Amino acid sequence: MSFINYSSREINCKIVYYGPGLCGKTTNLQYVYKRTNPDQKGKLISLATETERTLFFDFLPIALGDIRGFKVRFHLYTVPGQVFYAASRKLILKGVDGVVFVADSQIERMEANIESLDDLRINLAEQGYELDKLPYTIQYNKRDLPSAAPFDSMNKLLNPRNIAYFEACAVTGIGVFETLKNVAKQVLIELKKHY
Amino acid sequence: MNGSDLIMYEEEFRKIDEELQRLYIQTNSKVVFLVDKNGQLIASAGETHDIDTTSLASLTAGSIAATGGIARLLGEKEFSILFHEGEKDNIHISLIGQRIILVVIFDRRSSLGLVRLRVKKVSESLVRIFDDIGSKTEKEKTEGRMEESPFAEISDEDIDNLFR
Repeated sequence: MSFINYSSREINCKIVYYGPGLCGKTTNLQYVYKRTNPDQKGKLISLATETERTLFFDFLPIALGDIRGFKVRFHLYTVPGQVFYAASRKLILKGVDGVVFVADSQIERMEANIESLDDLRINLAEQGYELDKLPYTIQYNKRDLPSAAPFDSMNKLLNPRNIAYFEACAVTGIGVFETLKNVAKQVLIELKKHY
Repeated sequence: MNGSDLIMYEEEFRKIDEELQRLYIQTNSKVVFLVDKNGQLIASAGETHDIDTTSLASLTAGSIAATGGIARLLGEKEFSILFHEGEKDNIHISLIGQRIILVVIFDRRSSLGLVRLRVKKVSESLVRIFDDIGSKTEKEKTEGRMEESPFAEISDEDIDNLFR
C-alpha cells in the first residue's frame, strides 16, 4: 500500500525482500545502505538476534529523487527467513507494494528456496494479494559460490513465468542495485496505472 | 495495489495537524505522531528534530503488528493500547479505527492518566477525518480526480531518470 501525500508532496512505497534463511536479504539492504548517499537514506534498522540472524525485520528508508515535484521514497524491509518465524513474516508483508525474492543458489538450498516461495504465495494470499499480480523480481544470489546450481535449471524451477531476474553476489554488491531498480520501477509503473 | 493506498489531501492534512498540535499542548508531551499500520509516518507535532521519526514509525507499526498477532493467538480482536515506561521517557501507543496508530512520547511533565484521557478524545476526531479521506478517495476513483495526480503525465523517462 503506497502512501501519496499531496500536502508534503511525497510518495512512499514499501518493498519487501523475501527468501529462505541465510539467502542474503539483510546483506542486500546492508549493501544498499553502504552505497547510498547520506542525504538519500535513513538509518538501517536491524531487529536481529545476538548471532545476527534477523528476528523480526530490517528496515531501510531511501529517497530516490523527484517525479513531477513529488519526492519518491522507498521503504525496504526484509523478513526473517528462518522457518519458525512464520508468524512474523506474515506481518511484514502487510501493505507491500513490491516483492524481491532472494534465492540462494547453492544446490543444497534448493528445497529451502521452493519452500520459501510457497510460503510467500500463501502469506500474500492471506493479505489478499496475488504474487503474479504484484511488482515482483527474483534475485539469484551467491552465484559466485562453487556449489551454485546451474542457472538454467534454477530459473526453470523458481521462475516458471520467466519474470525479471538478476544474478547476484550481494556481499560484493553484484546485482544488488539492478534488482532494486527493477522492482522499484515496476512499483512506479503500477502506481501510474492506478492514478 | 490492492485498492487500499492511503492518499492524504491538503485539507485533511491540515485538520490532522491541528488535532496533533492540540494534543501535544494539552498533554504537555514531548512528541506526538501518527503512523499508518504499514509503518508510514503521516504527521507529527512537538520536539521532532532530534528524533528519527521514520524509523520510529516503522518500529511502532512493527510493534503494533506483533501485538495484534499475539491478540489473535489469544482470541482477542486486538490490544488497542500499548504503554512502555522508561526511566525518563514513556511512550503511549494506541490503535485508532483499526488503521491508524497514535503515538505520544512524554516525560514527568505529563502523566499517563492525562495522556489516556486526551488521546481518547482526539481519537474520535481523527477517526472522522480518516473516514472523510476514505470517502474522498472513493469519490475520486469514481468521479475523477480533484487534485492533479503526480502520475497523470508521468513518462517512462521520468521513471528512468530516478535511477540515473
